[in-house]
Amino acid sequence: MSLQVSDLRVYYRTLAGDVKALDGVTFSVADKEIMGLAGESGCGKSTLGNSLIRLDGRMKYIGGSVKLDGADVPIWDDNEMIPFRFREVSVVPQYAMSAMNPTRKIGKMVSELTESRGLRFRDIKDELDRRIDLVGLDRDVLKRYPIELSGGMKQRVVMVISTLLDPSLLIADEITSALDVSTQRAVAETLVSFRDHGFVKSMMVITHDISILYQIADSILIMYAGKLAEKAATSTIIEKPLHPYTQMLISSLPEVGVRYRDKKLAGIPGSPPSLLDPPTGCRFRARCPLAFSKCVEEPSFVEVDTDHSVACWKVAGADA
Amino acid sequence: MLSLNKVSKSYKIGTFGGKDLVAVRDVSFDINPGEVVSLIGESGSGKTTVGKMILKLISITRGSISMDGTDVSSIQGSAVKPYYRQVQGVFQDPFSSYNPIFKADRVFELIRVEYFADMVRSEWNDKVEAALRAVTLDPGQVMNKYPHQLSGGQLQRLLVARALLLDIKILVADEIISMLDASTRIDVLNLLADLKSRGLGILFITHDLSLGNYISEKTVILRHGAIVEMGATEKVFGRPTHPYTRLLLSSVPQLHKKWATIEAELPSPIGDGKGCLFHDAYPSAGRSVVPVPDEPTLAKIEEDHYVGCFGLDSEKATTQAA
Repeated sequence: MSLQVSDLRVYYRTLAGDVKALDGVTFSVADKEIMGLAGESGCGKSTLGNSLIRLDGRMKYIGGSVKLDGADVPIWDDNEMIPFRFREVSVVPQYAMSAMNPTRKIGKMVSELTESRGLRFRDIKDELDRRIDLVGLDRDVLKRYPIELSGGMKQRVVMVISTLLDPSLLIADEITSALDVSTQRAVAETLVSFRDHGFVKSMMVITHDISILYQIADSILIMYAGKLAEKAATSTIIEKPLHPYTQMLISSLPEVGVRYRDKKLAGIPGSPPSLLDPPTGCRFRARCPLAFSKCVEEPSFVEVDTDHSVACWKVAGADA
Repeated sequence: MLSLNKVSKSYKIGTFGGKDLVAVRDVSFDINPGEVVSLIGESGSGKTTVGKMILKLISITRGSISMDGTDVSSIQGSAVKPYYRQVQGVFQDPFSSYNPIFKADRVFELIRVEYFADMVRSEWNDKVEAALRAVTLDPGQVMNKYPHQLSGGQLQRLLVARALLLDIKILVADEIISMLDASTRIDVLNLLADLKSRGLGILFITHDLSLGNYISEKTVILRHGAIVEMGATEKVFGRPTHPYTRLLLSSVPQLHKKWATIEAELPSPIGDGKGCLFHDAYPSAGRSVVPVPDEPTLAKIEEDHYVGCFGLDSEKATTQAA
């Protein structure tokens, strides 16, 4: 088990009260596993990604633990996290365009970054060049400014930089969302190749685009309103989802080949609950077509099959 | 009916505008009532520029756009107003389309002042309510609310309702669902399809091929400002002929079907704007291996299916499209 998160709670402090963006999340990511994390905006998926690397001032750690390769990760302490960041846990942010220093040439920026971590740039220069070749870029990019590169190139440069020290866990937050289809594919496949080359041990890919996850992820975790809804192997989530939310989410995706004329897709009525004051019981209850009396109690996230966990009374109800 | 006839747009770039950047080149297509035309292209392909030219937000460098036979590309000042009654647009980001300190439904009031100043208040209220019902919004839920109190899908539908108030014939929908969540985007998409059945012509600008395929009758694929392939949607998607279209289709992430192992990435546009741009950037993909000096013209390969590529079999490419 590379990453183990148990009962993690992270709230946002606001004037109106605490926004319970992450409310008791338990899951694990195995070695060599690419785990996809999907859900609607505001479901807490980015909060989960961010809390594993850095809690900013608005985020408040409430409880839970994070273990990476058996060692505790002190996510609640900004300073104690420093040795973990970049070496053990690394992130590729959504907007690679703004992730780089616009006033530095990329090579200079990397050397400043590595030296701030006590490494000499020339020691890692060869490895850097090798990885730049691997992602299909010209080594000259190091002599260029970020503005000279296209979005897809920048995204790949950031990916190379983030994984330079072979972190154990890489968090990729919506990295393909701002890209064109053909670039999207190249970037997504680069992620897989990083895993295959052993640059990173395991990966969490956060996206709202389930079809990208289907292409690259080994398992998919679906979140809804700050809680986990379902986790299973990719093929299981796509072919045989059990949670009504997952089912509706997947059936609402238009695919190439599906025409309005032939088959009218339907969305999910309603909108996600406010996390400032989340409803008790199952949080999907108000939008769920299958909701019944038991749904006023909160369903626990239970394993219903090998590597398939669901939080729904309809699924787990029989033996719960 | 709105028709574009060899519309081009070029921007002056460089010091003193010494260079031309051609954003859109010789784009011609029609939008008929009750028809969704999807304009698909990657970033920088000029798809938004086409939309803006139709909405007269930017000027046209060459060519013309006509609405029901009247040339609208040169109209100015008060003459534009009747045109805007027929053609309206909705844009990508619903959160920035509104003034955050005005209530969201104030966009309706602006329409009333501008176009229906003489209308009796009660009649106007009925009209607004009908427009809201047409976009499946409950007036009680959205009236008197600030933009931040509404969801992206609601805001986007309000904008469509605003356009409907003018009894428009053509709606330019520029990436209107890319910012919405998977669970709500399909509802907005279905709404467009419903409006289509009421006789509205829609230009659906998107980078997402699966969305274009889902609702449109006609597909126009744009690359670097030029149309590479267009025609009936089932023909373009069913028998993609231009190497670029094939490449795009093979890169779309799909459920139930993994990416095939083909070369996916396209180099960035280079070249001087002459000749086949696709060929310059991607010489091995085309069936033609001979570099060609001219820009390919769209050739008809079958009924309602046009492709701009030299690599086509010559007997098929004999009929030149207008």
